[in-house]
Amino acid sequence: MKGVVSDWSSDQRAFKGVPWGKAMMWIFLLSDTFIFSCFLISYMTVRMSSGVDWPLATELFALSFGDGEPIPMVLIAIMTFILITSSGTMAMAVRFGYQKNRKMTALLLVITAFFGATFVGMQAFEWTKLIVHDGIRPWGNPFGAAQFGAVFFMITGFHGFHVSVGVIFLLIVARKVLKGEYENGTKGFFTSRPGSYEIVETMGLYWHFVDLVWVFIFAFFYLW
Amino acid sequence: MNMASAEAHVEGQQHPIGIYFKVWILLFVLSTFSYLVDFYHVEGYLRWSLILIFMLLKAGFIMAIFMHLAWERLALVFALGIPVTFLLVFIFLMTHESDYTLGLRELFFIGGGA
Repeated sequence: MKGVVSDWSSDQRAFKGVPWGKAMMWIFLLSDTFIFSCFLISYMTVRMSSGVDWPLATELFALSFGDGEPIPMVLIAIMTFILITSSGTMAMAVRFGYQKNRKMTALLLVITAFFGATFVGMQAFEWTKLIVHDGIRPWGNPFGAAQFGAVFFMITGFHGFHVSVGVIFLLIVARKVLKGEYENGTKGFFTSRPGSYEIVETMGLYWHFVDLVWVFIFAFFYLW
Repeated sequence: MNMASAEAHVEGQQHPIGIYFKVWILLFVLSTFSYLVDFYHVEGYLRWSLILIFMLLKAGFIMAIFMHLAWERLALVFALGIPVTFLLVFIFLMTHESDYTLGLRELFFIGGGA
């Protein structure tokens, strides 16, 4: 506690040991937390205030393979595992980055991006099924409360957009790692100053955040 | 090399790779548990508390290990953690707001009007 007070009152950098890029990413993620919280709290509000039954996620998100019985929520479970796996590979990429192991870092970043793209692809599949097959619309659906569609498309859409942006930036960072741009002083496009492997860690923070948001969406939207 | 980058280089978050594997497996297990809550149709307060416990555990491990918050200085952890607690106030407010809205809806729409 004493350390917190002296850090904050030190008249220089409050976040000691944290590069500016990382501090800015954390502040962005904090603001993003509030955006997603607003979505999830609005979801709570419409669901609690609706006199009509909320559609049953277990049945709605069930899939059957071949002629088999529908397995509840199976696609969502696979998507969850994929995102967690991508978080694991990202964490390892950060570690290899600080060791200046360019090949492993780039490889792990590309694997992370691949899992991210797979996640978005499965989400596109899920949306298609819900729109075309189940007739879910933002203004109504055949299963229950009319707000379901609006909440679903807004929350998962915004999350999917975050994943898509993450995939693009993962590939950009992977390319820069591979070309050695974090070692030879090449100036960054956005920052106009030489980058370093801290950028991999900052990128990692964003990617883990996307995974973190999915933990909450999975719990509140799909399982509740 | 200037001071700032020399300092930052030493400061970078480096941890043994084993801990990432352990947390990864842990997250897999916790996700499986929360999936099983749905699969076996656990209902009521048990369902909700299990979902919340698994969710908070997963979120905690992601933040502490993957996002390295366990090793960051408290000045940063507090700057991030304290604003988030205000969300509880927001949730409290909106819970009461929805109860009130639902009450009105039941009175005028679902109950057929007073």
